[in-house]
Order: sequence, then structure tokens, then C-alpha cells
Amino acid sequence: MFNGYKYFEAIEKRAGLLSILIGVMVSMGGLAEITPLFVAAHTVKAPAGTAPYDALRLAGKDIYVREGCYLCHSQMIRALRAETQRYGHYSIAGESVYDRPFQWGSKRTGPDLARIGAKYSDEWHRLHLMHPRQVVPETNMPGYPWLAAEKIDGADVAQRMSVLRLLGDPYSDADIAAAAAALDGKTSMDALIAYLQGLGRYPEVAAANAAAGAAGAPAGDGGAP
Amino acid sequence: MPNTETYNDEVVRLFLLAAAVWGIVGMSIGVYIAAELAWPALNFDIPWLTFSRLRPDHTFGVIFGFGGSALMGTCYYVVQRTGHARLALGNLATFTFWGWQLICVLAMITMPLGLTQSKEYAEPEWFVDILVAAVWVSFGVVFFASLARRRIRHIYVANWYYGAFIIAVALLHIVNNLAVPVSLLKSYPLYSGVVDAMVEWWYGHNAVAFFLTAGFLGMMYYFVPRQAQQPLWSYRFSIVNFWALISVYMWAGAHHLMYTALPDWVQSVGMVFSLILLMPSWGSAANGLLTFNGSWHKLKTDPAAKFMVLALVFYAAATLEGSMMAIKTVNSLSHYTDWTVAHVHSGSIGWVAMITIGSLYAMAPRALGRPAMHSTPAMELHFWMHMAGLLLYVIAMWAAGVTEGLMWRATNADGSLVYPFIDSLIAIKPWYVVRFCGGLFVVGGMVVMAWNLWHTAADARARLIKPIPVPVPDPIPHQVPAPLPVPG
Repeated sequence: MFNGYKYFEAIEKRAGLLSILIGVMVSMGGLAEITPLFVAAHTVKAPAGTAPYDALRLAGKDIYVREGCYLCHSQMIRALRAETQRYGHYSIAGESVYDRPFQWGSKRTGPDLARIGAKYSDEWHRLHLMHPRQVVPETNMPGYPWLAAEKIDGADVAQRMSVLRLLGDPYSDADIAAAAAALDGKTSMDALIAYLQGLGRYPEVAAANAAAGAAGAPAGDGGAP
Repeated sequence: MPNTETYNDEVVRLFLLAAAVWGIVGMSIGVYIAAELAWPALNFDIPWLTFSRLRPDHTFGVIFGFGGSALMGTCYYVVQRTGHARLALGNLATFTFWGWQLICVLAMITMPLGLTQSKEYAEPEWFVDILVAAVWVSFGVVFFASLARRRIRHIYVANWYYGAFIIAVALLHIVNNLAVPVSLLKSYPLYSGVVDAMVEWWYGHNAVAFFLTAGFLGMMYYFVPRQAQQPLWSYRFSIVNFWALISVYMWAGAHHLMYTALPDWVQSVGMVFSLILLMPSWGSAANGLLTFNGSWHKLKTDPAAKFMVLALVFYAAATLEGSMMAIKTVNSLSHYTDWTVAHVHSGSIGWVAMITIGSLYAMAPRALGRPAMHSTPAMELHFWMHMAGLLLYVIAMWAAGVTEGLMWRATNADGSLVYPFIDSLIAIKPWYVVRFCGGLFVVGGMVVMAWNLWHTAADARARLIKPIPVPVPDPIPHQVPAPLPVPG
């Protein structure tokens, strides 16, 4: 009744042919969507005036990654009015070029952190990371008190910077050589706070933010009280 | 010549046991971290017990421990039965079992210690990833070698799905985990920023597609007709759905990145393909459900069939929901909220866990040489506990998600936002408690299943460890006392 079926039988009776066709079919989507991004990745540049993470902030970013902060905090402000009102200018592609892996996240049990930098004081962050409920009584964020007791290994961070340079991040020999000294005596808590305070503070975005005004964000989220 | 070939069910039994154990472990961790969200004091300021460190253990434990063991076990069972031939390369198959268990144990120990790539659902560090690749390739070799020695020329459709699952997961795992190690314990991914985001969600979405869908559809296409005692409703329809499903799924990952810094055209392509995906998804669900035509009365007596039917209903429901959530307008509300969590769990507790449990109940007596499971009332109890837990869970998370989405975007007449972020958390806290209770029911049901499996395996264990009688010699009357040594 359906003569094409006899050709189809060839696939149904040959495991090798079946596997090859499966391979072809499952590859198309990824090739179509990822390849152009690879090509375009060369055109996505970091915003002007920004360098890759310095040693302390890099160490802090790796603490953020290690503790799994991305599971409750996004770093991706979507281009939607309610989001830009609450968190600031929407995130742009160039802002995450030094993030390996990307930290956009997928869930907001807590608020977005893409522009958390400079919204609160270092001391606020320290207290909040040590004992979150002493700062925000209703929060369900866990405390991370062990970070304050943990010294950072400067040699390890220097090693990390040289691997990142291998992957294309523009670190100079001087940057890497200076890492150990810059990290002397610093704790994981210092590093994480330095990382958080640097988030989203890019000149062109900051300018756009100033133009838009921070109006609209509720007082609890860093807006005008 | 008499037939001496037997099915290799040893490795199947091992995977069956592992699936039950990982199911309980992974889901118990899930219940614990759900409790942490409701009562944060439970983090105890202990690093490895903290929510953010423990959450990957829940996802890895249920997806790769429970799901992976169930998939590999049923895959070995099905490829032998449908090909009428013993599994090829028995030792390599045993290696895939122990290798996979080693991976699960290693990953579940290292992730809470902070050794993580922090790529969602691909958290384990590079040394675990290499092991995964090695075991996965061995799994593929055993499967395709077994397929090659089949006695039935025609390859049954369940094997198509298992084959696609093996090939695609290998591709996804390897491409997504390409990284440069800094030390034994730390690596940096090859990709950064936008490219990493796209690769990660191409992986993340298709881990759902091929691990949690194609593999389990393979399971469904064998065990549903077997349990319904009916031929598949339409064989040709299953094949049309197969090609559509495996090719369309791979395009849909971008719907995880709507309104982000990902190029707009990729977002739109992701949305369109996510909508198209509804057709093969519902096609597969309908094909499974219609296979029960003529056997619907089995639902009265056979809890395994009940699990399968409800699994298919939830498969249809979750895929409809998924396609709707991929529409940009809906996504703008649902993304980042607990609605996503509800969706994932109606897919995983509803579809994945239920088709697995149904298949395990169908397979276990056969693999253990028994006419039926030890206790049918216990299966019935498991079914209702599972249903109660599932409904409590997803209803709580739907309510929480919609609440968050609406509160985050609520605006006053002057255009300013109504609620500070913390208000949305306060509003959904009661739902976190309900979700925790739902989880308790689901884990409780799994414990009932483990008890039932243990007793079903009693005969098999008895055969395995049958005591060996000591050969007591008959007393020889004239040899007491012992004869003197023969003089040399």
C-alpha cells in the first residue's frame, strides 16, 4: 500500500546504517545553532575599558562557582521592563566573555546578581554571607561562614590565570607574577566580596543606568527608599 | 544440538538493584534540600550539607544514578529479548555496571566537597567526565555488538530509541565538557559567556531529550506492549515519531535563554522548534496509550500497568507544558521561577519515575525467576503514595512559580514595582513546606518498592547463596583407631 516502505526497511534491518542516520539527525540542530555563535564569538568583545578579572576577583569568581551560587542566583537581567527596573540595565553579551563557565543561572530563589556591585557595602556582604538571617530575617539563604577562615593560595590562582591565558584571556606576564603578592593574607570571603562588588560595573552600562535613573526599584532591592 | 544459550540477566539484576538504591538516595537528598529551602537552619553552616553544594547531588543521583542504572539495565534486558540472542561481551557489560556505580559514587562525593564545574546537570569535574566517557563508549559497544548478533533481522523500535539515546548522550557529554584542567581538582571550560551558555543548554535540554525522554521511550516501547499484552498501536507511527523527535529536540535548547544576551534569532528558532516538538511528543504518548486499547481492564488489577498509563499521561502533560513555556510571552513569566521546577518534576516524578517503576515491576519478576512481584497490595500502596506525592509537589510548585512571576512584574500606577524581592520569597514559603511533604510521599513509595523487590528476590538470593553441605564421610567401623602408617 505504501511502496516507499521497502526502502525504509533497509534502515530497519541494518544497525550500522541506522546509527549513522541517527548521528546525522541529532547533529543538525547543534550545528545550526552553535556554529554561528562560534563564528560570532570573535565579534563579541568585552565592554571598553574592562580587563579580565584581577587575581582577587578571579579567586572570588571561582569561590562563587565552587559554592554553587548559580543554583539560586541568576546573573542575567532579561530585556524586560520589570527586570531592568529592579536590577538595572539588561545584561549584554560582552559582559560575560571572561566567565568560564557562564554564570547566567536558571533559577532565582534569591535575586539576580548581575549588577549587585556597589549596591551594598563590603561590610553588609560580609555579615550577610556569615549569617544571612541577621541581616535579612526572612531569607532562606544558607550561611557561608567557612569562607572567612579560608586562606587563598596565590600560587594556585597564578596557575589558573596562566590556563585562562591559554584559553585566550588577555593576562600579561606581569599580571600573573603579581597574583601571589596581591592575594597574600586574603581569605575566600575577601575574594568573594571583591568579585560581587565588581559585578556589572561596566562604564557604558553604568552610563545607561544613570540616564534611566534607578527609579522604580523597591527600597528593599537597592532603590530609593 | 540442544540450545544452551541463556539470557544474561545477571547484569540486569545488578542494575535493577542499583536503580532502587540510587532512587532512594537521590530522592532522599531531594527531600532534604527541599527542607533546607523551607527551614534554612537545616544547612547547619556545614559546607557539604549546604543547599548549593548538595543540590547537584540530588539531580545527579536521580538522573544518572537512578535513571542511568534503570536505562542501562532495561536496555540490556530489551536488546536480548527483542533480538533473541544473549548479550554480547558479558565482561564488558559487567564493567559498565561497576564503572557506572564508581562514577556515581565519585561524583556524589566530590560535588559536595566543592569540586564542581558548576555547569547545571554536568557538574562533576573533568576526571569524572573522562570516566563517564569511557563507560558510556563501553555501554555503546555492548549494545551495538548485541544488536549485531541478533537472530531477528528486524530491529525493534525500542532499540532505535536506546541507540539514539546512546549516540546522542555521548555527543552531548563530550562536546559540553571540553575543558582544560588547571589541576587534578579544577578545570576551565573551553567556552565562555554566550557560547558556553548555548552549549550548556544545548546539552542541558538534550540531556532531558535523550537521557530522560528517548531512553525512557525505548523502555516504554518494550514494556507497555508487554504489560498490555497487545501489539503496539501503530508501529509505523512510532517510527515517524522517532525521526521527528530526535531531530527536532536538538534545536530546542535555546528556549532556556529567552530574552537573554543570546542572539535573538537563536531564541526564536528555539521557540519554533519547541512548539513543533509537541507533535512527536504527543504522538509517542498517544501511541503508548492507545496500545492499551482492549486491555484497559488491566488497570483494575495490575499496578504496573497503572504506573505506565499515568506515566504516559504525565508525559503528554509535561511536554504540552514545556512547549507552552517555550513561548516567549509565557517564558517571560515562568523563567527563573519555581514554575520551571514544577515542570521538571511533573516530567521526572510523573513521566520518568513512573515509566521506570512500571517497567521495573514488569521486569523484576521475570529477571528474578518469579511468577509475580512479592506483594501486589504493596505495589498498589506505592502507586497511591507516588501519585499523592507527585500532585502535592507539582501543585505547590506551580502555585509558587506563578506567584513569583506575578509579584516580580507587578507595577504600581506610577510605574514603579510593587514588591521588593524578599516579599515573593515570604509569599511562597508555605508552598515550600507542601513541596517537602510531597517529596516525603514519593520517597516513602520508593522504600515500599525496595522492600517489595527485596522479598521478590528472596528465591534468587536463596539459589545464589544456597548453603553447601559439608561432605561428612560415612563412619567406617574397622578404621577406629586410625590405621598405622605403612612402614616405608
